[in-house]
Amino acid sequence: MALRLADYKTDVHNDWCPGCGDFGIVNAIQMTLAEMGVRRDKAAIFSGIGCSGKTSHYINTYGVHTLHGRVLTFAQGAKLANPDMTILAVGGDGDGLGIGAGHFVAAGRRNIDMTYVVFDNGVYGLTKGQASPTLKLGEKTKSLPSPNTNHSVNPIGLAVASGFTFVARGYSYDVRHLKYLLTQAIRHRGLSFLDVLQPCPTYNDINTRDWYAGKDLMKESLERHDRIYRLEDTKYDPTVNYDDPDENNRHLSQALTKSLEWGERIPTGVFYSNELTGPYSDRIRDKIPNYTENPPARQSIARADGTSNTNLEAILDSLEV
Amino acid sequence: METDLTWMMGGPQGSGVESGANIFSQVCAEAGYHIFGKREFYSNIKGEHSYFAVRVTDGVTHSSTSGADLLVAFDAETIFRHYDDVHAGGGIIYNSEVEQVDTERVHTLDGPFVERLHRRLDESGVERTVAGALQCARSEGVTLYPVPFKEILARLAERAGNPKLGGFIRMYNTIAVTLSLRLLGMPAAPLKDSVSKIFAKKPAVADINVQAATLAYDALDTYADAASIQAARRLGEPGQREPHTILVQGYQGTALGKMAAGCRFQAYYPITPASDESVYMETHEIIDVIDDRPGSTAVIQTEDEICAIGMTIGSVLTGTRSSTCTSGPGFSLMTEALGWAGINEVPLVITDYQRGGPATGLPTRHGQDDLLSVIFASHGEFPRIVYASGSVEESFYDTGRCFNYAEEFQVPLIHMMDKFLANTVQTCRRFDPQKVEIRRGRLLGEAATSDGTAGEAAGPAGNGHDVDGGEGEAAPAYHRFAFTEDGISPRAKLGMDDFIFWNTGDESDETGHITEDPILRTRMMEKRMSRLDLILDRMPAEEQALEVAGGQAHGHGGEGGDRDGGARPITVVTWGSATGPARDAVEMLRRQDGIRARLIQVKLLHPFPTERVAELLQSDGLEGRIVVDIEANYSGQLGTLLAQNMGLRVDHYILKYTGRGMTCTEIYDTLKKIADGTAEKREVLMYGA
Repeated sequence: MALRLADYKTDVHNDWCPGCGDFGIVNAIQMTLAEMGVRRDKAAIFSGIGCSGKTSHYINTYGVHTLHGRVLTFAQGAKLANPDMTILAVGGDGDGLGIGAGHFVAAGRRNIDMTYVVFDNGVYGLTKGQASPTLKLGEKTKSLPSPNTNHSVNPIGLAVASGFTFVARGYSYDVRHLKYLLTQAIRHRGLSFLDVLQPCPTYNDINTRDWYAGKDLMKESLERHDRIYRLEDTKYDPTVNYDDPDENNRHLSQALTKSLEWGERIPTGVFYSNELTGPYSDRIRDKIPNYTENPPARQSIARADGTSNTNLEAILDSLEV
Repeated sequence: METDLTWMMGGPQGSGVESGANIFSQVCAEAGYHIFGKREFYSNIKGEHSYFAVRVTDGVTHSSTSGADLLVAFDAETIFRHYDDVHAGGGIIYNSEVEQVDTERVHTLDGPFVERLHRRLDESGVERTVAGALQCARSEGVTLYPVPFKEILARLAERAGNPKLGGFIRMYNTIAVTLSLRLLGMPAAPLKDSVSKIFAKKPAVADINVQAATLAYDALDTYADAASIQAARRLGEPGQREPHTILVQGYQGTALGKMAAGCRFQAYYPITPASDESVYMETHEIIDVIDDRPGSTAVIQTEDEICAIGMTIGSVLTGTRSSTCTSGPGFSLMTEALGWAGINEVPLVITDYQRGGPATGLPTRHGQDDLLSVIFASHGEFPRIVYASGSVEESFYDTGRCFNYAEEFQVPLIHMMDKFLANTVQTCRRFDPQKVEIRRGRLLGEAATSDGTAGEAAGPAGNGHDVDGGEGEAAPAYHRFAFTEDGISPRAKLGMDDFIFWNTGDESDETGHITEDPILRTRMMEKRMSRLDLILDRMPAEEQALEVAGGQAHGHGGEGGDRDGGARPITVVTWGSATGPARDAVEMLRRQDGIRARLIQVKLLHPFPTERVAELLQSDGLEGRIVVDIEANYSGQLGTLLAQNMGLRVDHYILKYTGRGMTCTEIYDTLKKIADGTAEKREVLMYGA
């Protein structure tokens, strides 16, 4: 039976603010899963804490709403134990790049085959608008008593530096493009990072929908002047094409340079893609040859009589005196 | 016991004290003796003083004693630290080349120790040198065996035709062990066998060590006079020992226990003394499975303990038995996620190898000071099990039980171990994996679950599917947190067909979606918290607490005890690793002094088994008993639990927080003071360098 978009929606009341960018992301996730035909019971959405953390409740797959900053830890454990699952981790920029930044870096080093989507809006919405890690230095969103005193983190640059093997950026009001990026991210063999620019209509009065649309820039020229553009409309090639350190380094540097572009022009699309660096499961398989066929979640641990089926005789023989 | 002898070897960390002690233990164990060894070391990689004390007996023991019968030292510091540990009639084999070293030249002797040492040496009127310290020992009736270690190496180099060996002081340990075994009257052949076995993976190293052992074995006769060799204490007959005895390192109990229990995922962050367990599991990551293809344990080293517990929870949600292993500081980092596991009814097992705290505390030293912190850790209220093992052998079987309890009651479980157990080397009965039962409670998708609830094949009824919830052909909705008669809901695994569920750290409804409804919140709290009574109700009483020494008989102890009808009976209550030395001490008190003493070990620390402990306390049927709490912390945390849960105020505490493990000797001495009526309410033990 073909799965329809409606199958991926729950009837849980969605309490995000009207006009919230999060809607676009949750719709894109549901549409992507439906179009890819990922079975609902073979997918799990892990979420962090905050508005974006509620995402897992709105999607009709397995859903695990974890702790602030820890979403990647839970998600990686599940994927390692049951590699057959399609795992998406979602969370805000405060969750993933503030309190959870250490896990972000470590997850990149592992490169476990799953997708991490950051809802990037520059504010801590659910606690009423404090500055979050991607808010630029000196900016004062409306509920801040004074301008932000911290430099912003560069999510794309950090992902590239940490070892994520698929790094992309989307925009929450461009659902079709998001879907396109999500599909690639899920298909990618390795850890994918998708930074989604997501205006918070309630607390971020700087990076608004109009701002991304470049309406402030239009005032002078009267021409349409979107800040957002797509890398695939340019000559930018994100893909590491052959297994060579120089080739990889060129693409890493290119992605890092591109990630610095911000202001009147904001790139979206795929910054970096490398399938030549194998995922973590390859490294486990080097040590445990049947890991893929017989991962932890599939192993039998008891005999029919309910006792352990683990054979420790060889080890115990070696300890015997 | 005819044979009861403690051998001690010390040296700078990194000089092979541990492998030397392993050779010694292996040889004695292979010869049929019982072994109880313990290791003490600094938080340091190379240079600081470490030592090993191995008790060799012809009967089963559960602890070490204070002091040593034979000390072997190849450096000066070991003499300074331990010369007064050696009993009268005992011996010291030492490197004669360090005799003239004075205390100032040993930079690793720390200030407060040097002060105490100088005071002792000055009071004895001897020089502040190794020779001075040895003079003190001799005047206490200790025989000295000076041996020039370097000379033995030189002879080895000459015989092997390899001049480099002359400076190869890494081999001092093999020489020291050999000299010891020779003095104790052990033949040379088993020693060479053990050396070959221990270095089996490095044949060249094995070969040169065997050569060193051969030389050193005869060297004692060259350097020491025949009369003093003759005067030395020798090991007697090994006595009867059960067949199939194993020699285990402390951490192997829980590691092998996890493997047998079907734990197939372990995430950890390096920390002393817990990491040995994880490293051992990774070393044996491929698991031989009876009648099935090989299994494996995914052992993952994480960036911190927060990730370790997060990953472990993620893995448990897939239905995999999973665990993390840590020590106090790591456990502190895990507490937020522990609460998440509590509210989501996740059967997570955390093995906590305690060490002396707080903060970094004594990173390589012993302590049982995390009990209350573990019981109360994390904000909010949720059910958990805190379970403690008292010995390495026990820890193997307890680990299996811990996974069963966690899954049957769907609660996080903390299995309390400690540094003392982790660094014990002892002989015990071979572990029997066949005795490890796997009971998974209401986990769906298993062939059969222990309480008769069928798995997914049996259809919707009885597995949490709401039968009225379906429409058309769609499967009726499964509710992970469905209200049931006993408060335990059928548990699905991530990835199971048609059993989609949600988890959240927020309060949730039966489906796992967020709720803030006051009525539902109340019901959910009651559903979860009712688990505590259920645990006490369903866990077998003897697994909650037990009498490990003393007889049940009214007024009659076992084994010829109770001669002293006048002394008040003593009931000792303890937990965890204090059980071993307390048990030996209680048995000494019964045997040697005829005091009606007994020992109750509490294994289930939370929820507290009030009824079971009360029943055990009363079971001697005696009046006027003195209740003594023994544990390795400052405040007597088990005592706090006894007061909190039972209103019981113990009469005496025997506590130790030096960071060193307890010996049966010091507990025995203190229990005697208690019996004599000369003890303080709170007695603090101090033995051990």
